[in-house]
Amino acid sequence: MNLIAQLPVLPVVIPLVLGPIAMILPKGRAPWAYATIVSWLTFAACAFLLAEVEDKGVISYALGDWAPPLGIEYRIDLANALVLFLVSGIAALVTPFAYRSVQLEVDERQTPFFYCALLICLTGLLGVTITGDAFNVFVFLEISSLSTYALVAMGARRDRRALTAAFNYFIMGTIGATFFVIGVGLLYQATGTLNIADLHDRLAGQSSRVVDAGFAFIVVGIGLKLAMFPLHLWVPNAYAYAPSAVSAFIAATATKVAVYVLIRFIFSVFGFDFDFLGATFTYVLLPLGLAGMFIASLVAVFQEDVKRMLAYSSVGQIGYMLLGISFGTVEGLTASLVHVFNHALMKGALFMAVACVVLRAGSHSIQAFCGLSKRMPVTTWAFILSGLSLIGVPLTVGFISKWYLLEAAFAAGHWYAGFLIVASSLIALLYVGRIAEVMLLREPHEEGQYAIPAKDAPASMLVPMWILVFANLYFGLNTELTGGLAARAAEALMFMAGGQT
Amino acid sequence: MDGWTVFILDRYNYWIVIVLMMLGLYTVFARGNLVKKIVGLNIFQTSVFIFYITIGKVAGGTAPIYIGDELYGGHGDEGYGDKGHGDAHEAAPHDSGEGAEAASSLHAKIENEFGANDLKAAVNALEPAPVGETPSEPSLHSAPEGAEIGKLANDALLDAAKEPATDFEIVGEAVKAAADAASAYHSEVIYTNPLPHVLILTAIVVGVAGTAVGLALAVRIREAYGTIEEDELEALDSVAEFGEGGAPKSAGARG
Repeated sequence: MNLIAQLPVLPVVIPLVLGPIAMILPKGRAPWAYATIVSWLTFAACAFLLAEVEDKGVISYALGDWAPPLGIEYRIDLANALVLFLVSGIAALVTPFAYRSVQLEVDERQTPFFYCALLICLTGLLGVTITGDAFNVFVFLEISSLSTYALVAMGARRDRRALTAAFNYFIMGTIGATFFVIGVGLLYQATGTLNIADLHDRLAGQSSRVVDAGFAFIVVGIGLKLAMFPLHLWVPNAYAYAPSAVSAFIAATATKVAVYVLIRFIFSVFGFDFDFLGATFTYVLLPLGLAGMFIASLVAVFQEDVKRMLAYSSVGQIGYMLLGISFGTVEGLTASLVHVFNHALMKGALFMAVACVVLRAGSHSIQAFCGLSKRMPVTTWAFILSGLSLIGVPLTVGFISKWYLLEAAFAAGHWYAGFLIVASSLIALLYVGRIAEVMLLREPHEEGQYAIPAKDAPASMLVPMWILVFANLYFGLNTELTGGLAARAAEALMFMAGGQT
Repeated sequence: MDGWTVFILDRYNYWIVIVLMMLGLYTVFARGNLVKKIVGLNIFQTSVFIFYITIGKVAGGTAPIYIGDELYGGHGDEGYGDKGHGDAHEAAPHDSGEGAEAASSLHAKIENEFGANDLKAAVNALEPAPVGETPSEPSLHSAPEGAEIGKLANDALLDAAKEPATDFEIVGEAVKAAADAASAYHSEVIYTNPLPHVLILTAIVVGVAGTAVGLALAVRIREAYGTIEEDELEALDSVAEFGEGGAPKSAGARG
């Protein structure tokens, strides 16, 4: 038994086993340093895994040597290797970033618990992504969600509304997870299996109300978790009142993982044989995606709180991902996967920039951003560059996403969707431009609540943030990793789903 | 009894599931008190537990715990008290033949091993079964007539689809495979499907953890706001956001 043979299980085992140890470390710097090392180890495992999958194709790992489909299987193909890489990468950047931010925003006594919860949350997210077992998805989903509720609630030191936000998230998240588990139960009733690949084989050609109901429960349950447009009500408050580092982490990962689960179930479990799928694309995902793109983005324009604005923008961006899925083509799926990756990069960087402002100004109201370019130029430019990426300006990852999406829209014959994508990007220009205008052109507050010292954020925050900003630019020029891998992943998914490739 | 009554009574556990599910969800939505919301959530989750247990029931089947020679004297529930924990045995994969062999050479004393082998053999037998075939009907329907209500419910499950052969047959087949494997040593004993039980034990643990987090949040909210009534919390939040009296009620706090 060597370590390389066990590689597929390491991304889950490392943070799961090592995470709780953070809890018994003395409060202060120790848990943070420890969590940073653990998150880097996890990232290394995920990066190896991605290279391995790219090299050798799908990896199947039988947990405890119980052969699938009876035992739990970890099944890593390109799609989830990419998401694993992304999630662990964001964690490896957010954890070192978190130190100063957490020092300010979280009670010091809670720091061991904070980093423990962060690692457990990471475990859950990676577990959801890596597993090939439908029930296992539920368990890991709840592991990540429960720790996220705790993380969000830790923002209560600065604003007690974090508590009600966490509670609302808890109620909605639990309903979503329970819907999901009902759906899995119905599928089990129809097939007698829980393994995702096996489910696909046994569902082939089946169509009955049991399967239909299972599908509906799963889509709604995951829809709650991924903040599909009318089910997004937990997002704004949870992102706005969570500690800033947590906002950066969950905004960049949690909803992305849920989008991945939706893709996995739609394409790997149900596939195009399933009658309901076409109708779901046309009447559910497409209109809701478009509605999210417009309504949530419009709401974002009128927010006075920058974190809340970014949260609404996230809901809008998820609309793009749903839109890509709803085309039901390889191009659409590629665009979705690319945007999952790219949006995590831009939202991570944006929330990190807000965290830097919160560190100095103590507020994430738009007032605190007045004249920021004169006080914190490095942070300002990080915000502006990733904001441009959010709009979809050429040379950034946002442009790549939009490009893929537009291509997919025209290829699928949804030309109107192409225009709507451009139109909604203009709304993004409005809300990002509004902040940029305030930062660049207004005079900073000299005194009062929003006065900021002319001192940029510490290097421990600037470095991870700028790594993400450079990633935004780098992957905007070099689409080998994102576009190339996503296209191959989408083709594999499509092939499995039985669609045209 | 006429057709409708039979239809309704046959599926009585599904009605329980539906009623509990709706009650729970309604409580979550309609109640303003945070603790009551959590209670509603628990009722909702309980309905799912019952649903899973319903899935696992096999007509005439006993608890999925191996019944030894001495214990088995015609009443299947004897073995109920002996908990067979499957995790005691080593995880090397065997084929069903090996399982049966091992079983024949062992005694009721080591029921743990038996239970595990049972399960293994059952699941192994399940694996190669092709999807299309349906040899299952006789074994399920041969269970004694007029047996417990569980049988009724299960038959209902099998007959629920109008055409005799649709989606349920695969479950039937899995169930049959499990039953077959079990009858390798005891032709009379039929076990219920243990997998949903295991799943739901996991889900119960998840549910308890969730309830704990929710209640802890409620306690903290009470400490911070002095109330756990949702409308009062919203009023307090909108005061915080818009200042005293200036708030349009629905605009801010809900987000």
